[in-house]
Amino acid sequence: MEVIAMSDVEPEVADADAVERAESDADETASRAVENPILEVEDLEKRFGGIVAVDGASFAVEQGSITGLIGPNGAGKSTTFNCITGVHQPSGGRVVFDDEDITGDEPHQVANRGLVRTFQIARELPEMTVLENMMLAPKNQIGESLWRSVLPYFRDEVIEQEEELRERAWETLEFFEIDHLAEEYAENLSGGQRKLLELARALQTEPEMLMLDEPMAGVNPTLERKLLDHIHELREQGYTFLIVEHDMDVIMNNCERVIVMHQGAVLDRGTPAEIKANEQVIEAYLGGEV
Amino acid sequence: MGVGNTGGKISDVVDDTRERLSSPSSQEIFALLIVLGIVVLLLDLVRRLVMGEMAVGRLWRYTWNGLVDSLYIALAAIGLSMTYSILRFANFSHGDLVTTGAFSGWAVAWLIGGWGAYSVGELVLFSPTAAGPTGGGLGMDVLASPVAILVGLVMAALMTIAVALAIDRLVYRRMRDAGGIALLIASVGVALALRYIIGVFWTVESHSATASAPIITDVPAWFPVERINLHELTLVVTAVGLIVGLHLLLQYTKLGKAMRAMADNKDLALITGIPTERVIFATWTIGAGLAGVAGYLIVLDRGQFSINIGWFLLLLIFAAVILGGIGSIYGALVGSLVIGLTINVSLVWIPADLNEIAAFTLMILILIVKPDGLLGGVETA
Amino acid sequence: MSGADPEGDPGTDTADVPGEDDEESAMIRPKWGSDLFLIAKVVLATYALFFVVGVLSGAGVNATVGTIQSITFWAALFALGALALNLHWGYTGMFNIGIAGFMAIGAYTMSIAIASPDGTPAGFGLPIPIGILLGTIAAGIAGLVLVIPTLRVRADYFAIVTLGFSEIVRLSVQSRSLRQIGDTGYGTGGGQGIRATPVDSVVPWLFDQPIVGDVGGVILAAGEAVGIASSVTMRGMYTFILILFVVAFYVLLTRIAYSPFGRVLKAIREDELAAKSLGKRTDRAKIAAFAVGCALMGLVGTLWMGSRTHISPDHFMPLITFYVFVALIVGGAGSNTGSVIGGFAFAAFIFEGPRFVRTMVRANLGADFPRTAYGAFAEFGAGDPTALIGYVLYQQADEVRYIILGVVLIVLMIKRPDGLLGHRKEISAGVDLSRQGTVADGGRPAGGRTDASSPANGADETAAKDGGDRDE
Repeated sequence: MEVIAMSDVEPEVADADAVERAESDADETASRAVENPILEVEDLEKRFGGIVAVDGASFAVEQGSITGLIGPNGAGKSTTFNCITGVHQPSGGRVVFDDEDITGDEPHQVANRGLVRTFQIARELPEMTVLENMMLAPKNQIGESLWRSVLPYFRDEVIEQEEELRERAWETLEFFEIDHLAEEYAENLSGGQRKLLELARALQTEPEMLMLDEPMAGVNPTLERKLLDHIHELREQGYTFLIVEHDMDVIMNNCERVIVMHQGAVLDRGTPAEIKANEQVIEAYLGGEV
Repeated sequence: MGVGNTGGKISDVVDDTRERLSSPSSQEIFALLIVLGIVVLLLDLVRRLVMGEMAVGRLWRYTWNGLVDSLYIALAAIGLSMTYSILRFANFSHGDLVTTGAFSGWAVAWLIGGWGAYSVGELVLFSPTAAGPTGGGLGMDVLASPVAILVGLVMAALMTIAVALAIDRLVYRRMRDAGGIALLIASVGVALALRYIIGVFWTVESHSATASAPIITDVPAWFPVERINLHELTLVVTAVGLIVGLHLLLQYTKLGKAMRAMADNKDLALITGIPTERVIFATWTIGAGLAGVAGYLIVLDRGQFSINIGWFLLLLIFAAVILGGIGSIYGALVGSLVIGLTINVSLVWIPADLNEIAAFTLMILILIVKPDGLLGGVETA
Repeated sequence: MSGADPEGDPGTDTADVPGEDDEESAMIRPKWGSDLFLIAKVVLATYALFFVVGVLSGAGVNATVGTIQSITFWAALFALGALALNLHWGYTGMFNIGIAGFMAIGAYTMSIAIASPDGTPAGFGLPIPIGILLGTIAAGIAGLVLVIPTLRVRADYFAIVTLGFSEIVRLSVQSRSLRQIGDTGYGTGGGQGIRATPVDSVVPWLFDQPIVGDVGGVILAAGEAVGIASSVTMRGMYTFILILFVVAFYVLLTRIAYSPFGRVLKAIREDELAAKSLGKRTDRAKIAAFAVGCALMGLVGTLWMGSRTHISPDHFMPLITFYVFVALIVGGAGSNTGSVIGGFAFAAFIFEGPRFVRTMVRANLGADFPRTAYGAFAEFGAGDPTALIGYVLYQQADEVRYIILGVVLIVLMIKRPDGLLGHRKEISAGVDLSRQGTVADGGRPAGGRTDASSPANGADETAAKDGGDRDE
């Protein structure tokens, strides 16, 4: 209940960080502070009945960074994702995106603010073609209103926009080199191609930040390399990434910042080098899986 | 098995409640309104009784009728709930299993009751010609021909089981991996085909199968009723007996445990080596047997019936199952009680031809507010 | 959880879809011509079949043409119903089995609006077209009221809710207590229903008009010249009006299908959470689609009454719902062309087929058959096989129809869950999605920083994302 009461108070990000740092046994380094956060999560809590899945997690994501979120199975990573993106209602805590409180917003509201996610198991729309998948995503489609898509005069505008969106869809597909699959039904794609499609589709919404839930799961090494190249290239263009990933090498070699979750809370965060040096993290992993 | 809550400490519950009260969702507001509505109705009921606007006897009669109705609804609802949780689809042909029981059971009862006096066709088809026998003429009551009626009851169960197993083999077994909606649609097909195959033989006209029920009037003074309808009593005793028997079966036998395990988690049950097909076989046997008995007993109680008897009952059965939470047998019992009482006690306020509307409305409201049923998501067989 | 799996795991259920891949590439773009040709082919082939069989079997030209007329009448109605249901079930994945209820709301609203003010129960004496309009609106509003609180309900529960709703509607209009509401004189008429001018009286009215009347006279005369009674021709004209409605529905629903709105609906059917996570307001789309579909069902309900002078609760048994469902499933849910073909095939072979056989039986074997199974078996036992045939095909034609209906549903679900047209999909976009001309050299996403309302432009991509400016 205190958590809810807190939402009235303007958050002091630096203070919250300070508290978190004091709690952590890890070494203090300047890199742990996030200077220009795009996403801030404070004391996030999620309970299912008697089970606490996320227990007061706090972290921030630097604007324009590739940030990794790691932790052993059951650490609460996916639940955290779901709470941030509105799939679950958090039981407590706050989520701030782009200086706006998005705690408890519906998934579509979160997405429309520019925070778009992908899923652990790719959620392509199976009985729609790759192009249809791509055409669905863009924001502000006037034809999503029933009347505009039906009535003669308005429909002309819709058609005009559809032509623009088609161009964009093809260009994005070409960027991801899956344009040869454009007219294929999404259900016929391989696991890795689905992951690419999901990322491409998310980009069509013109997001500010992308949250990728295990983007490399089930992707072959060649495609994985490609996917990572794409992510780096997009980062160059200014997108922010928060990536949940099991593969430690992927995280350590590609992220500037890493957040470690354990038992629903944040255990440590910092540069990959700092994380590697933290014995608690190693222990958490050994204690769970490796 | 069991009705208890899903676990969690009291402090959690208190926390949850506090949290909910501080920011109620539209669902909770809805729920509050329903509870308020029920409270207002109960207060009004008390007022009517106190003011003498309504006799206590009338309320007692409604309640008794509600209990009787809830028993045959429960017999059907248990089977529907079991197939829902183990085969994972809403079986729209369940009502027509009730019909199957009514027709097959009474055909046998008539055959025994009128053997030798009439031709087989006249008896089995419930006197298709004007000159044929009648239920009264054959003495179709529990005192005059107890054997015929008992054998009819057993045959209602057996023949309904046979029909259900045949349908499973012909239809549902070929669709074990299909989705719930595909199975639902197929079950609608089964319902139509089964009902009108019965219709080809027995026509769509209504039949009268029983003699008027024997009534005991010299009941002791301490008894709450003045007269006992023996057919109604037979229904009550049979239904209660079957429900208790089923409880014992599920609770204390290996089969019962396997069924509960499968209702909880089919995939896990498969891994742990529970013989799926045998459990499905048992599910159909129990579910269809109870449905057939329900159909037979309804006819015993009401006398009149037609091929729509089960279809008209189906939605009430669904309402009971949903109220109790799909998959929970004890939930189905509670749901049946609520539905049985609703369609009878609601007569205090509304005319008789609107009482089913009250039950259906209640069902829709519960689905909106608590999709897991009143007892809340207890997934046990 | 038990029962249906509302959001099947997209990773696992891909293999068991019996698709016909050769059709896919053909369906990438809307093909109006080939679709209309397909519908025409099915219709003409069926007409020819019925005509030849009817004439050869001795049912007579008039009876055969009457059957064909009747098939077309019902085909139009079922096509309308299937098209409306396709918006719910085929596109959005909303499993509505309360169609009969929405049709009843439409028909009753119309009847009360057009019934004579002196009748019992009284009406408002409005013109028929206004009655039809009011019926449509009333059904749409009812859909709105039902769907808003039930948006989150699981697919199989939603089915039960809608069936319960349709029964609530039917039992309400049947109830004696609503026969006449208070002393107003208005009401539902209870079990007896409402007496009102039949909807198809628009045909004689049209024939009284100057130019239309002349054309009508010619058609009537031409019909009589080849042995078709004028009553059959008049019914045919009403059927023609229904066909115009089918065309209108088809155009409307095809526009919805080939639009961004249709795309959102399809995405909801496929995976609602995925659509939401892309920022789609799925609740709003579902409400809109459901209300429009219900309004169309209400409209179908008004047209359904046809030549009936009486509307009663018995016309809206849940069976009607399953007729429409079978029509849609036969053609293939998700396809508007399939809906029309399904409606036609259903009307011809399942709905009218048994009646046509009945006509043929009467023409060849007479109508003197036993009325009960008992009599049929008795005569069959006595060495008269026609008694049994006649009993089943003549006396029990309606029961046979329902049995066929059931068996068709079962067989379709087991063998061809995608309907006659197979795994057919219509691409939901306002334009042909194939690559148009030359696209910019590629290699970079066009999305980046361009405004949604301006064309993608490769040159703009260099604009850095600074995170401060968002498109809103």
